[in-house]
Amino acid sequence: MSGQVGRVLQFPRWLRRGPCETVAMTLIGLGVVMLMQPLSLDLYSYSFVTILVGTLGFVIVSHFPD
Amino acid sequence: MSTLAERAVARTPRRLASRLGGLSDRAIAWLFITPSVLLLLAINIFPLLWTIQLSFTNYRANRPNAPLRYIGLDNYRDILADADVWHAMQATAHFVLWSIGLEMLLGFGLALLINRRFRGHSFWTTMILLPMMLSPAVVGNFWTFLLQPQIGLFNSAVAFFTGADPSSFQMIGDVALAPWSIIMVDTWMWTPYVMLICLAGLRSIPDYIYEATEVDRASPWRQFWSITLPMVMPFLILAILFRAIENFKMFDMVNLLTSGGPGSTTEVASITLKREAFEKWRTGHSSALAIILFVTVFGAANIYVRALDRVKQR
Repeated sequence: MSGQVGRVLQFPRWLRRGPCETVAMTLIGLGVVMLMQPLSLDLYSYSFVTILVGTLGFVIVSHFPD
Repeated sequence: MSTLAERAVARTPRRLASRLGGLSDRAIAWLFITPSVLLLLAINIFPLLWTIQLSFTNYRANRPNAPLRYIGLDNYRDILADADVWHAMQATAHFVLWSIGLEMLLGFGLALLINRRFRGHSFWTTMILLPMMLSPAVVGNFWTFLLQPQIGLFNSAVAFFTGADPSSFQMIGDVALAPWSIIMVDTWMWTPYVMLICLAGLRSIPDYIYEATEVDRASPWRQFWSITLPMVMPFLILAILFRAIENFKMFDMVNLLTSGGPGSTTEVASITLKREAFEKWRTGHSSALAIILFVTVFGAANIYVRALDRVKQR
């Protein structure tokens, strides 16, 4: 138990689950907007990579400590 | 008086009991869940992995004996540079945004009305919920008849109220009106669902908060903006995300109503996928498109689950 608390305390604050999840969710949202926007074909071309990075990032950071 | 466990032990055949007797609780648990896990692997995980593999090939399902060639990310590059697929995504966006906007507005409005608990409100709740209980295939079929220009009830109703000739416009056959016909049918079908979620949100607000604002002499308008809307907001976000995911994947109703037509006006992403896979038989290409749609929905579903957690924590 104390080991787990110690591990959480050692974890950098900016790498905690909350802010990282927010970044990942923003990337997913941005990717979806890029996928469906009618303005630029270039933005559409990079949409899938953005969504993929956001989704994989979300899956990874959701295992980080709070 | 024996317990259920004791009766189960008494009724288990002796040979089976002696065989299971040597197993730990964990092993017995695995024994029970293994068939479900195997079924899940066979009907979900295996097709997904196979689709991912096909998306890197030039495979065509109508030529199963043709040599299979791995072409790396070419299918993904083609799709993400294809203006037709881009237009299909825009058609999907038009459908998703308008249908969700209308469903939220009407659903929230109906929830506010039903929440007043007037005489016969349960009857009206049931009536409002009816469209949601129908199958999308049934809805698509009967709205196709309702929207017929000559015999359809919809055109006759519009003609009755506006005085226009019923056969002067076609909801499904007109390039300008066809996208609105699928939005209208989806709104008709799914507004009750949004209403239910909003109603759950409204009923979760404790009465004492409203009583406190009445003591402070807050107007109903002020109560709405400062209490009702902020407290229902998590439920609204949940409804928006759920409907967005569902409408992004929408296939059956659109396929029955317009089949993506006229031309490709209502060709949403799932219709493009069907055309690529089963009309042009570009299986590898359509697998890549399916993976793109899957990753998008999976990403949105992650946000949905997080929003659901926040609502549960409330």
